[in-house]
Amino acid sequence: MNIFVCVKQVPDTETKITPTGDGSFIETASIKWIMNPYDEFAVEQALLIKQSNPAANVTVLRVGSVKDTEALRTAMAMGADDAALVEAADNLDSYSIAKALKGAIDKTGKKPDLILAGKQAIDDDALQVPQILAQMLNLPSVSVIVGFEQAGNNVKVKREVEGGALEVYELSTPCVLACNKGLNTPRYASLPGIMKAKKKPMAQYSLADVGVSDADRRVKYSGFRLPPEKPPGKKFDATDAAKQKDVVSQVVGLLRTEAKVI
Amino acid sequence: MANVLVFTELHDGHVKPVTLEILGKLAGQSADVAVIGDIGADQVAELAKYGAQNVHKIKGSNLDKYSPEGYSNALGDFIKSKSYDYVFAGATSMGKDLLPRLATKFDAGLASDVVNFTFDGGSFAGTRPLFAGKCLAKVEVTGPKPHFVSIRPNALGMTANPTAGAGAASDVNGNAGEIRAAIKEIIKAASTKVDLTEANIIVTGGRAMKNAENFKILNDMADVIGATVGASRAAVDSGFAPHAMQVGQTGKTVAPSLYIACGVSGAIQHLAGMRTSKVIVAINTDPDAPIFTKADYGIVGDLFTIVPILTEEFKKLLGK
Repeated sequence: MNIFVCVKQVPDTETKITPTGDGSFIETASIKWIMNPYDEFAVEQALLIKQSNPAANVTVLRVGSVKDTEALRTAMAMGADDAALVEAADNLDSYSIAKALKGAIDKTGKKPDLILAGKQAIDDDALQVPQILAQMLNLPSVSVIVGFEQAGNNVKVKREVEGGALEVYELSTPCVLACNKGLNTPRYASLPGIMKAKKKPMAQYSLADVGVSDADRRVKYSGFRLPPEKPPGKKFDATDAAKQKDVVSQVVGLLRTEAKVI
Repeated sequence: MANVLVFTELHDGHVKPVTLEILGKLAGQSADVAVIGDIGADQVAELAKYGAQNVHKIKGSNLDKYSPEGYSNALGDFIKSKSYDYVFAGATSMGKDLLPRLATKFDAGLASDVVNFTFDGGSFAGTRPLFAGKCLAKVEVTGPKPHFVSIRPNALGMTANPTAGAGAASDVNGNAGEIRAAIKEIIKAASTKVDLTEANIIVTGGRAMKNAENFKILNDMADVIGATVGASRAAVDSGFAPHAMQVGQTGKTVAPSLYIACGVSGAIQHLAGMRTSKVIVAINTDPDAPIFTKADYGIVGDLFTIVPILTEEFKKLLGK
C-alpha cells in the first residue's frame, strides 16, 4: 500500500507577520518554520495505518523553499519512510502546488492508494490543494475529516461541517483525504527516530522537473499589508467586590447605548 | 460588465444569506444564480430583489444530498453550457470543499475566502486575509475563465438599497455522474446554535475556565443573549471543549458583532482569529493580558464572579 502525505512548512503560530517594503509578500528571514499543524494529523494517520499494515510505505511530499527542511525531517522522524521536496517559492498558489505534488507522485513511479493532507495550511488559508489534487488525479476526496476507519479497500470517514455536525462518507481507495484537528493525537518524534530520519532518502526536484511553470499560476497576490489597528478601548477595574456590580452594569449600558450591539 | 454566476446552497429550503451579500455587492455586473434542487417563488423573489437576472434550478437524480463529485459534475456541465466570466459562492463548509474541485474542471483559478472586492472594467480584484488575518493582501485570478471566487460569510454585509434583477426562474436537467464519495449518514451536532463563523454574538472561554463543567456559566450567558460559545486553543488543548469550538489560527476565524472573551489571555494566534469582531469585551484577572489591547471594553476581574453578574444585567436589559 502506497500512502502519500502532503505537508507544508509554515511560520509558527506565534510569529508576528511583517509585510515586505514593496508589499509583494512577508518578511521570511527570521521566521521559525514548523510543519503546518493540520498536516501533523495527516502524518499521524498514515503512521497509524502503517502500524496495522507494515507493508505500507509512507512517502511525505512538500513543495516549498529549501532554506529549512524541518517539516519533511520531522515527518520522517515520526516514522515516514521517505520524502520528496519540490523546490519552489513559499508564495506559490494552490493550483501550482497541487500540480507539483501530482508531478512528484508521478516521479516516484508508485501508484497512490491513499493521499493524506492537512485540511488547510495556516499561511494562505486557501483550503484548496487536496481537492485540486484529487480532481487532477481523478480521485474521490473528502475534506475536514475528524474520523477514519478502514476495512480493506473501503474507508469510512467523518467530515466536520458548520456547527460541529458530521457527514459520514463511505468510499474506496485510492482517494484523497484532508485531515482536521481531532482526527488523532500526533506522536512526538523519538530520539532514535530523529537519528534514523537523517539517513532516510529525500528526493529533490525543481518545479520544471515536475512539469510546473509560471504559466500554471492561477492566483496572484500583491499589496500585503497589516490590518488597521483599533483605537484603544476602555478598561474598568472590577477587582474590588464592592464595585463589581456597578462596573458590569456600566459596561452593559455602553454595549447598548455606545456600541449598539445588544 | 462581467457575466457572473452565483452558486447558492440551501439551508432548510432557504438560500444562505451570504448569497444575498454577494448579489448586492455585484451591482453593476450581470448576475445569475444557480441552485441545486428546488426553491419556492418567495426565495426566487428574494434573489431577484438583490439583483438576480436568472435563477437556474438544477435538478436530477443523486443530487438530493451534497457530494463533491455529484455537485461539481452537475454544476460543471451547466457552467460549460453558458459563458460566465466569474463564478461566486459562499466560503461555507460546502463552498470550501466544492469550489477547488469545480474550478479545476476548467483548469481555472479560485480566490478563496475573499472579504471584499471591486470590479474595474469587468475585472475582479479582491481583498483577503492571510496568516489567519495577521495580514491582508490583494488577490487576483489569472488563466482560463471562468474565474472562481469564494466569499467569507458576514464579511460584505447586506446592501441597504439593492438594485433588483428580472429573477426569471428556469429548470435545468442536472447529471450527477459517477459519485465515489457519498454521504451515508449525517450526525447532528449536540448544539443547535449557529456556527461560530456565522454567529452574531460569541462568548469564548480560555484556560482560566479550569474545566469543562465551568463552561456552564458561559452557556447560561449565551442563552440569554443568543450567543454561540467558543473556546481558546489553551482551553481546547486542556480538554475543556472540542476543537469545533476553537477560535484562532488553528481553529475558526470569526467576525461577530459582539465578542466576549472570558479568561482568555490573548495569544497572537487567538487574536488573529477574532480581531475583526466589531466590538470586543474582555474579562481577565491580569490587567496586562494582551487581550486588553484589542478590547473595546475591558473588565479586570475574576470571570467566575463577573460572568454571573453580566448574565443578570443582560437579563434585566433584555427583559428576560
